[in-house]
Order: sequence, then structure tokens, then C-alpha cells
Amino acid sequence: MAEMTSKHKSYDMGMHTELLRGRSQQILFSAEESENFVYPGSFDVDFDKRSEIDAGEMTATAITVKIRELMGQGFGHIVVKNPLAKHSLGVGILNRLKLDFEGSLGYFGCGLIDGPNVRIHGRVGWSCAENMLAGTVVIDKNAGSCFGAAIRGGDLVCKGDVGARTGINMKGGTILVGGRTGAFSAFMMQRGRMVILGDAGMNLGDSMYDGTIFVGGKIQSLGVDAIPGEMTDVEIKWLGRKLAMYGLKAPKGVAKMQKIVAGKQLWNYDNLEPAEKKIIL
Amino acid sequence: MCGIAGIIHRGTTGDIGNELTSMLQTLRHRGPDSTGFAFYGSSTDGQYILRFKAAEQEDLKKGFGIHQEIKQRLASVEERMRELEVQIVEQQAATEYAYRYVIKYGGDLRRLADTIEDIDGVEILSIGTTLELVKDLGDARQVCESYGLSGYQGTHAIGHSRMATESDVDIRSAHPYWAYPFKDVAVVHNGQLTNYWKGRRELEHNGHRFMSNCDSELIAVYLADKIENGTTLEDAMRESLDALDGVFTYVVATSDQLGMAKDMMAAKPMVLYESENCIALASEEVAIRSIFKEEIDTFDPYEGEVRVWQK
Repeated sequence: MAEMTSKHKSYDMGMHTELLRGRSQQILFSAEESENFVYPGSFDVDFDKRSEIDAGEMTATAITVKIRELMGQGFGHIVVKNPLAKHSLGVGILNRLKLDFEGSLGYFGCGLIDGPNVRIHGRVGWSCAENMLAGTVVIDKNAGSCFGAAIRGGDLVCKGDVGARTGINMKGGTILVGGRTGAFSAFMMQRGRMVILGDAGMNLGDSMYDGTIFVGGKIQSLGVDAIPGEMTDVEIKWLGRKLAMYGLKAPKGVAKMQKIVAGKQLWNYDNLEPAEKKIIL
Repeated sequence: MCGIAGIIHRGTTGDIGNELTSMLQTLRHRGPDSTGFAFYGSSTDGQYILRFKAAEQEDLKKGFGIHQEIKQRLASVEERMRELEVQIVEQQAATEYAYRYVIKYGGDLRRLADTIEDIDGVEILSIGTTLELVKDLGDARQVCESYGLSGYQGTHAIGHSRMATESDVDIRSAHPYWAYPFKDVAVVHNGQLTNYWKGRRELEHNGHRFMSNCDSELIAVYLADKIENGTTLEDAMRESLDALDGVFTYVVATSDQLGMAKDMMAAKPMVLYESENCIALASEEVAIRSIFKEEIDTFDPYEGEVRVWQK
């Protein structure tokens, strides 16, 4: 990626198609400075090295410590069996990693992560992927409330239904929901994109500052400051591409989805997502 | 915070003693102050099961006089029962201060409850034909062992692990609450009601009694009031969503039904597992997983949702 030094590359990739207003917060990473963007405590891993953990009799802390040990040994693909809906699993992972959970997670799963690709073959409880910075989290079943709270980047995907306050205070990234969402989804949304293929509960986008919501089903009601927007060709292409990545389909086609945006400009934000900044690197 | 849980076996019975203990022990981190169980066992054939306490656990630490006082209270309970022509079929002391009586009584339950509770220090925990309500300080395992609940067979049960926030740590303020004066109705609640005093005053004007200052008791009494006026349980629960202000998820059980309701903000958690034979619900999925080892599908009910299941 070192040759991708021009900011125009990101325009070519369709990441800067929205009209920016006022002060821009775009900071394009310089490839020459990439070494400055390495976390202490993150690990270089080999995706061909695979390991399994049976979490059935382990505490959440012991599971987290074990994952760190394995990453320290270079394992890039870790499978956690029998998570049994324990809380706070898969948290604080700051490097690329393929992490599979064969079962459901409890509250606060995959919080504060920056980079891993997580697959959950089950359901997640409240506040999944809270404050996620980058990477992907894909959930096969349903999710609880506060899904993707304060997410800043990456793709967070739930193939089933999610609860209330989905993407509350989200500051970037993309949340994709295969089913319906509960009340107050995208509450105080500041940036990023939320895609709901099913119905959205009451007060969608209440008090949102910025960001974009796409809904495939019915919207029970819009919250204060949320208004319908006009879908652009770029967004239709983006939606098609994003949904295809995760094997999702809009029930009536992406062109017929409703777009919801903030009706009042409170701050100047753009929609460049941290995950996509990293792709530019 | 508090943790609530419930389970109902459809068309059969199960080991609800161990099942609910396991669920509530898993929820211990949500509230270690007290734990309560409302079990629905087999029908007692026209007899009532009366659960009451003659003192608080804390009272036992206040001096030797309390032991004699409890005996006097117990004697008064039995004397008043005789006055009301209550026939005591069976009596057990679960602890020094908590009792289980099987009785035969053909009169008005409100009169029975009021007459017994008129004795200072005595509180009825439940009256039912199938309901048995047990609550005490400590976690689920401690209460289960103290009261010998392991292996209790029944059709359904609800329970609560309490973190005391706005009322005392005592049995009086522990959940579940019996919906005085109705047999077999019990409620557990997680949340906070902001119109408690207003609602309590209204219900007291209607002749209902409150034993604690815990806001959760309002739900039980509110539902009792509605049922008394001919409203079905499910309709009463739906009406409660507007009548009760605040954030709440509550679970209610009757002799043949188990229901849950969630406020319009969906601010308090609830996870459901539903199959043809069994429904389990809890504040956290980990509690449900503690009794189902196989992979199961679970989901969260939505805001303003009311569900009622038949046993």
C-alpha cells in the first residue's frame, strides 16, 4: 500500500463523495508515517497459525488472557468454543486477528477493538462492539440493545434483529442490521452509516448530529432532528457493495431504501471512517 | 441493578428449584443483597399454602428477647386463624422466622391476610393454591440451602436477585411481591418507578395495603387492583405500560400463566428463550445458558412489549 500516497486515491475509491461543510476533520494518513500508528500491546500474527480455546469452564478474564497469550505466540486465527454468553469476551484486541466464537456472547463483547475480524456464530448481549475503532464483527443471530454504542469505525454486522438504541452516539463506521431495530436507534448519531434492512423502531435518529441511516423496512417514527434524505447513485452503489460483502440483501432492493439524515447542522462532520482510512494505508 | 428470571414448563413439570437457583446464582453480580423465589407447584386440592415471616433476619441480632417474641407472634397467628375458622393441615418452620402452613379456609382472603398482618412483625409473603413464595437475605444458593428448595418440582417459577437502591436490605423489601390479596399472583421487577408515591396513594385509597417502601411493590398492587376490577392479566400488563412511569422490566406469574412487560424506553434488559416445551427469561443470557447446555436461540423483547405464556 506504500504507493497509495495521494489523497485522490480515496476519492477514486468513492470515499469522499459527500459534500463537506465548514471545518473538515479529514486527516489522511501518510504511508511514511505508518509506523506511528502501531499500538503498544498489539501483536504481529500469522493468519495461517490456528488455535482453539474451550471456554466452557473459563472465566472471562482467563479467556481474554489466553487470547492475548496466543496472539503473542503469533496465532492469527483463534477459535473460542463454548463461550456460553459470558460477558466482555473478545475485548481490547488492537491488531489484525481472525477470531471465531462458536456460540453466543453476553454483554460488552468485542468492545474497544481495533482491527480484528470477529465472527460470532450465535447471539450477542447488550453493547456489543462498543467503541470499536476498526475491523469487522459479524453476528449470525440476534443482538441486544446498545449494539455498536459509540462505534468509531469498522463494520459491525448483525444478521438478525437488534434491540433498542442501536448505534447510540456512533461516531463513525458502519452498522448493518439484517432484521429490525428497536427504539431510539442512531440516537445522537454523529458520523458513520447505519443500514437497517428490516423495520426501525420509534424515534429513529433522535438528536442525530450527522451521519446517514438507510432503512429497508418501515420506520415507526423519526426522532427530533432526523429527516428523510435523497438517495444518491453513489450511495446506492455503496449499499450494494457493502451488503454483498456480508451476504445481505435489501428486501425491496437498495434503490428503494429510505435515507435518513440530520435535519439540523449542529457541528461540521465528514463521513470518512477510520476503518477506511486504514485501508488507504 | 437487580436480576430477574423466570421459567415455565408447558404441559409438564420440572426441577424449578434447581433451575431457578442456578439462574439467580448466575445473576448474583446484579444484586447480592437478597434473593427471592416464587414457585408454582402442584395444586393443593382446595387447600392454601400460606408463607409468612414473623421477624426479619436482622431482628435476630437485636437481643435474646426476639426469640420469645417470635413464639408469641406465632401463637397469635394460630389464634387468629382459629378465630377465622382456618384449619391448619400442615405446618413447617423453614427458618426461625419464616413459616409454611398448609391451611383449609373458605372465607375472604383479604380478611385472612389483614387479620394475620395486624400482628406486629408478621408479614404474609404469599397465599396460593400453587404459589409458594420464599425470599431472604443472601444469594440464591444460600437461600436455596436455608429453605431446602433444591429439587422443588413445579410448572413455573419467577425469581429475583436484588441490589437495594432505594429501600432497605430486608425481607420486606425483597422480591418477589405477592399481589395481595389475590392468591397465586407474584411479581419481580428490575428498574425504577418514578411515580411510586402518586400510584401508591391512589391504590391505598382503593383499600390496598403496602408492606414496604419499595417501588416494585407498586406493580404487584397495581396488577392486583386491575384484576380485582375484572381486567385480564395481559390487559392489566398492557395498561401498566402507561400507568407506570420510569424504566422497568417486570415478570409476573399466576397459577397458570407467566408474563413479562418492558417499558417504552426498553431501558432494562431481558433475554428470552422460547421453545415448544419451555420458556426461560432472564436479565442476562448467561443465566439461561446456565440451565441449557445445548446451543439455543435467544432474543430480546422490544420496547413496550408484553408477552404472556400459558403453562
